[in-house]
Amino acid sequence: MSDEKTWKEIPWGGLILDAGNAAEYHTGDWRTERPVHIMDNCKHCMYCWICCPDSAIIVEDKKMVGVDFNYCKGCGICENVCPFNAIKMVIEGQEGD
Amino acid sequence: MVNLKQLTEREERLTGGHRLCAGCGASIIVRQILLATNYPVVVSCATGCLEVSTTIYPYTAWKNPFIHNAFENSAATISGAEAMFKAQQRVGGIPKDKKVKFIAFGGDGGTYDIGVQSLSGALERGHDFMYVCYNNEAYMNTGIQRSSATPRGAATTTSPAGKVIPGKKQYPKDLTEVIAGHHLPYAAQVSPGYYMDLMKKVEKAMEIEGPKFMNAFSPCPRGWRHASNASIDVAKLAVDCCFWPIYEIEDDKYILTGQSKLIASGKKEKVPMSDYLKSQGRFKHLFAPGNEEVIAEIQAEVDKRWERLVKLSEL
Amino acid sequence: MVRSMALTGNFAAAYSTKQINPHVVAAYPITPQTTMMEKFSEYVANGEVDTELICVESEHSAMSACVGASAAGGRVITSTAANGLALMFEIVYIAASNRLPIIMCVMNRALSAPINIHGDHSDSMGCRDSGWIQIYNENAQEVYDTTIMGVRIGEHKDVRLPVMVNLDGFITSHKIEKVDVLEDDEVQKFIGEYKPVYPLLDTDNPVTYGPLDLTDYYFEHKRQQVEAMKKALPVVKKVSKEYSNFTGRQYDILEPYHLDDADCAIVTMSSTAGTTKHVVDKLRAEGKKVGMLKVRLFRPFPAEDIREQLAGMKQVAVLDRSESFGAYGGPLYSEVRNAMYDVDDKPNIVDYIFGLGGRDINAVNIENIFNRLMSAPAKMPGDVNYLGVRGD
Repeated sequence: MSDEKTWKEIPWGGLILDAGNAAEYHTGDWRTERPVHIMDNCKHCMYCWICCPDSAIIVEDKKMVGVDFNYCKGCGICENVCPFNAIKMVIEGQEGD
Repeated sequence: MVNLKQLTEREERLTGGHRLCAGCGASIIVRQILLATNYPVVVSCATGCLEVSTTIYPYTAWKNPFIHNAFENSAATISGAEAMFKAQQRVGGIPKDKKVKFIAFGGDGGTYDIGVQSLSGALERGHDFMYVCYNNEAYMNTGIQRSSATPRGAATTTSPAGKVIPGKKQYPKDLTEVIAGHHLPYAAQVSPGYYMDLMKKVEKAMEIEGPKFMNAFSPCPRGWRHASNASIDVAKLAVDCCFWPIYEIEDDKYILTGQSKLIASGKKEKVPMSDYLKSQGRFKHLFAPGNEEVIAEIQAEVDKRWERLVKLSEL
Repeated sequence: MVRSMALTGNFAAAYSTKQINPHVVAAYPITPQTTMMEKFSEYVANGEVDTELICVESEHSAMSACVGASAAGGRVITSTAANGLALMFEIVYIAASNRLPIIMCVMNRALSAPINIHGDHSDSMGCRDSGWIQIYNENAQEVYDTTIMGVRIGEHKDVRLPVMVNLDGFITSHKIEKVDVLEDDEVQKFIGEYKPVYPLLDTDNPVTYGPLDLTDYYFEHKRQQVEAMKKALPVVKKVSKEYSNFTGRQYDILEPYHLDDADCAIVTMSSTAGTTKHVVDKLRAEGKKVGMLKVRLFRPFPAEDIREQLAGMKQVAVLDRSESFGAYGGPLYSEVRNAMYDVDDKPNIVDYIFGLGGRDINAVNIENIFNRLMSAPAKMPGDVNYLGVRGD
């Protein structure tokens, strides 16, 4: 969370000058379930990526390589839209990758 | 042409770390829109879930210039920004070849109801911008109160399913039709469930000069009472039932697209409304004995509007 | 080179706006502001300005578009009156708290109900807490000059606040007067080149305007506005002085008139100051020691300067052209009396609410007030009087 600054230390007008700094706020601890990526089944169709509400699907070189657990809220949409059973939701903290 | 793999190389302009609910339709819509275009974009956003959850001081999830002004004036605000852009280009403050696109977001609250005046004004004046309504069918941010976009029979906190009145009495306003009356160059209805259709429309709209309007169906797990993983399914189902047809109005011509086009031509089945109503808890009470009439009336209204739309697309 | 034109208050505002050549003007018509915007629209249609004119569909959208335009990065001017100002009320606050140096001319008119299109200060007084700098103008000349000064005041880096240029509806807005004007290049020289500050249109350096503040930050953002208002007072003085040197027309935040050796004084604003000056002249010719303090700058309220002017005075009457229902006196009275409270040698101060809904105030009314003050006892409690209403 923010370390609280004085009125002299913050930009005036409520302006936020650091665009995209919400990336510093990790919503991953909201999860009760986490997606497990099964690479063998993955066809890299990108449907999970385009449907993720939290920009949490990591794509490198046009390949789905994993999930950004700093932001993933465990909504399960990725598992639901995946046509290839390449994602499975498990209870957070109970099963590993 | 939209190619998902190619789009993955574009910069994400809505970062993770925003505080919209898990499974929120609005953030999916915004991501799909911002990824569908490569232009620099200036965004205005009405008060509501999207604005409040993406800009909790001192954090902002927006990597592009962003302004929130008030609830009812996203369109008026972007009008001012767009006018300033034109003025600055005229006086040489900004190079004439610089391209910036202006997008105003608003929920159904800030668009159908309190924001309808400023939207209408901005469209009539012909500003070069696109207005996107993320329609989650109620004033979600303040606690799920009914809006004019709330469907018939839906339980909201100001149209609860009670002993005497089973949810909202009125059918939802057809805002896209109201917008059509402005005879603007481009208007469309989209659903994040059919994302290729949505993104193609965004790509197209960005190349059209003048005012554009896009009404985006935005499932809300919290307000609609469905599982957070069902948002895309619900977004598809609404289209499949013809409750939320996806189409374009381009230069006054109605064009059905994607799944809606396939249903109209008989290539895909139209799904009964009861399937749609079963998918969300806000309609649960309609399945109690005594409310069968309501479901029938809902189906009849959906059919009526769908048939009218199909006829319009055949003109 | 001094050039004179015959201009109404509204046309003076339109002319100075033309010479400022703002990037965007967004406005909606309302009596008695209309002729300013009509005149400005002619300038736009004739290509005499570079301004992008947005004829919005309501005053709320007018200020909303101004906020969008100003945040985008450029000079923005608008105008309104009465219920138009009331309609844009929430956005007026937003313009100030987003620190946008928008200029707005307000042709002060009574707020409904009943609907009344004539001059009083209820509209701008309704916004006195909004964080806007407020300057009240006696005549068309002042309107012309203050609009130009307003650009420098609002855009000053220590200030960054919007400026409300007030003038009496119909009385000043529609009365033709002789106005000395500058040349276009002189106005441009005085206001200087516009320097964008955190503009939305700088897509390489994106910023977010208008976030959600929770309980942890709102107070700090408001404290910043307080500071800006504090800094605004010396800036208004400085810009006024610079403008006075530039044009030869003397401006300051207050205008004392025959106050130095006066025993009795009237404190007033706007067009009534003109009538009061006339009465002071008459009474001075009769050897009576009376004076007037005209308040130009109402926000930030120049308490210190008013204390200096009124300390040692025996009797003061404040003229308020608006009522604050349920308050102990009108807005100007409350602030003046509050400012004088800590002064040992303070005058008796009474209040006259007058002119509501355009009710006329004339020289005889003002002379009667001076007569009362001149024959008032040494100790006179503050009372609130309603001047010119039938039945009192």
